Amino acid sequence: MSKSIQSVQCEHLDKMDIVWDRPDTLIDVPMHYCPGCGHSVVHRLIMEVVQELNIQDITIGVAPVGCSVFSYNYMDVDMQEAAHGRATAVATGIKRVLPDKIIYSYQGDGDLAAIGTAETIHTINRGENIVMIFVNNGIYGMTGGQMAPTTLKGSVTSTTPTGRDLSIHGHPLNIAEMIAILPGAYYVTRQAVNSAKTVRKTKKALLRGFKNQIDGKGGVSFIEVVSNCPSGWKMTPLQSNKWLDDNMLGTYPLGDIKVPEKIA
Amino acid sequence: MKKRVSEKILMKGNEAIAEAAIRAGVKAYFGYPITPQSELLEYMSAQLNSRGGVFLQAESEVAAINMVYGAAGCGERVMTSTSSPGFSLMQEGISYIASAELPCLLVNVQRGGPGLGTIQPAQSDYFQAVKGGGHGDYNLIVLAPNSVQEMANFTYLGFDLADQYRTPVLILADGALGQMMEPVVFPDYDIVKNKVDHSSWATRGKKDGKQHVITTLHIEPEKMEIINNHLQEKYRDICDKEIRFEATKTDDAEILLIAYGLSSRIAHHALELARDEGLKVGLFRPITLYPFPYRQIRALTKKVDSILTVEMNAGQMVEDVRLAVGEKVPVHFYGRTGGVIPQPEEILEKIRAISIAPQMEKIF
Ligand SMILES: Cc1ncc(C[n+]2csc(CCOP(=O)(O)OP(=O)(O)O)c2C)c(N)n1
Ligand code: SF4
Ligand SMILES: [Mg+2]
Repeated sequence: MSKSIQSVQCEHLDKMDIVWDRPDTLIDVPMHYCPGCGHSVVHRLIMEVVQELNIQDITIGVAPVGCSVFSYNYMDVDMQEAAHGRATAVATGIKRVLPDKIIYSYQGDGDLAAIGTAETIHTINRGENIVMIFVNNGIYGMTGGQMAPTTLKGSVTSTTPTGRDLSIHGHPLNIAEMIAILPGAYYVTRQAVNSAKTVRKTKKALLRGFKNQIDGKGGVSFIEVVSNCPSGWKMTPLQSNKWLDDNMLGTYPLGDIKVPEKIA
Repeated sequence: MKKRVSEKILMKGNEAIAEAAIRAGVKAYFGYPITPQSELLEYMSAQLNSRGGVFLQAESEVAAINMVYGAAGCGERVMTSTSSPGFSLMQEGISYIASAELPCLLVNVQRGGPGLGTIQPAQSDYFQAVKGGGHGDYNLIVLAPNSVQEMANFTYLGFDLADQYRTPVLILADGALGQMMEPVVFPDYDIVKNKVDHSSWATRGKKDGKQHVITTLHIEPEKMEIINNHLQEKYRDICDKEIRFEATKTDDAEILLIAYGLSSRIAHHALELARDEGLKVGLFRPITLYPFPYRQIRALTKKVDSILTVEMNAGQMVEDVRLAVGEKVPVHFYGRTGGVIPQPEEILEKIRAISIAPQMEKIF
């Protein structure tokens, strides 16, 4: 569990108050994530939603290759671990044979927006009735901090040692805006997990996405979460949360990109 | 259930696989167009959705095989089919499927390569099919039909073996078998009786209080080795129990032809021509290419003077034949590549030459 988020939450509260009880759907083991990593927060939010909607026994999750590859050790639902980039193809396979089950995929930016771009676009274009969760930390966390398609201009990574040069490495990829134009995208939103306020909004978005699927709304609910990678960014958790605010959100502005009500 | 009189239908090999799969209760088919297997995909698109399953044309073979992974992980009977370049693209996914022990049926209707190659029939994906193909230590059960009837029969067999051993099974055919029309009888198949219960591991929602996880990640080497040991044990079991082959006129044979799939039919024709000339020729046809009938071929070296392996490639199965035979008898090879089908007369020529000089060919 991420220490920094917990302490941010608890700072002003009486130590005896239970403010962050673990949902039953979150397995009670220490997570392998670096301190302050946003993945752990997103995991927790998904599991809170699964618990609140009472769908634990009909939910099947798909884990990616990336830092969250082990998410099945924390999320107490049936899960499949997909090959790098193929989470939504796997999710499609599951949803097509078990259409009454609730399916979500969970992917990083390398997984969803580089090696798996074709699967991302076509899963959404088919309008699979699933929830796609996209954790955008602008870097390849798992493999040691290489450039991701979402890495910001000028950012130093282990494969852009002098910073991302747009003329050489191309531009940060706004995949959410790209896929929002597809008719198969039902709900597209971009949220974050770097403050109590953004965490609450992300939870709301997740709740909405899962409800869409339960209600059988046609199409993908795509929830991007702009997240941090303190280790890859070489920052403390608090620095990374501030850096996210100051830098990431300029390129990846928060808010709903496509909401069902506005389609008609 | 009353026994139906089975009727003969004239069909393409590709269609026979599709029809047999539907009769075997396939729940989902995921595929991508490629010649010479597209009739299979098209047959599925026309039939499967109205006959109890799901057809989905994927955006690539990469997506198709990973859809198979997802659906097979739910314990459903699923399949995909492709031809050589597409099968190459599927290899990472097949490695995952083998590691996760997901039952499914794969079909490779081979065409000539390497590269984009040709759409004409070939057998040049033998190594890829029987030696693993993707990364890591794994094997597929590989079935090699040589008629449209066997395309159908091995579809049922393939699904059953996949379920029994929790392993991917490959039908390794070629463009000629896929495209040729022959009469086929679909055997009765009781889907309910043959259904294997996968509920103890499949991901279908955490109903019984126990979380089910399909994964191939075992980060500690010792744990990964345990998985490997388990897989190897399974493959040994398969090698013990599932070897299939066909031997024709091997009793008095001096020259033994060894061929599988389409080339076994051509070799059979060559055998008849040679017998007409008084040459004592037999034919051994491996039906399972994995497990390979090493022992059965080795046993025949006591009887025959020399062996001629015939393939539609530059010499792939012949390596397994040499492995089986060692130095016991000379092993010759005849093959055509790039989609060229060897003619019986060419094989007869080679048989005649061997009958005069049966000594070992230089391998390199
Ligand atoms: C086919 C393949 N190529 C490359 C890799 C190595 N690899 C593992 S994770 C990863 C990048 C993950 O980055 P991201 O999706 O952004 O996830 P994060 O770790 O940042 O959450 C790569 C390149 C792999 N496992 N498989
Ligand atoms: S490397 Fe980055 S993304 Fe991965 S666990 Fe650590 S902080 Fe999180
Ligand atoms: Mg990342």
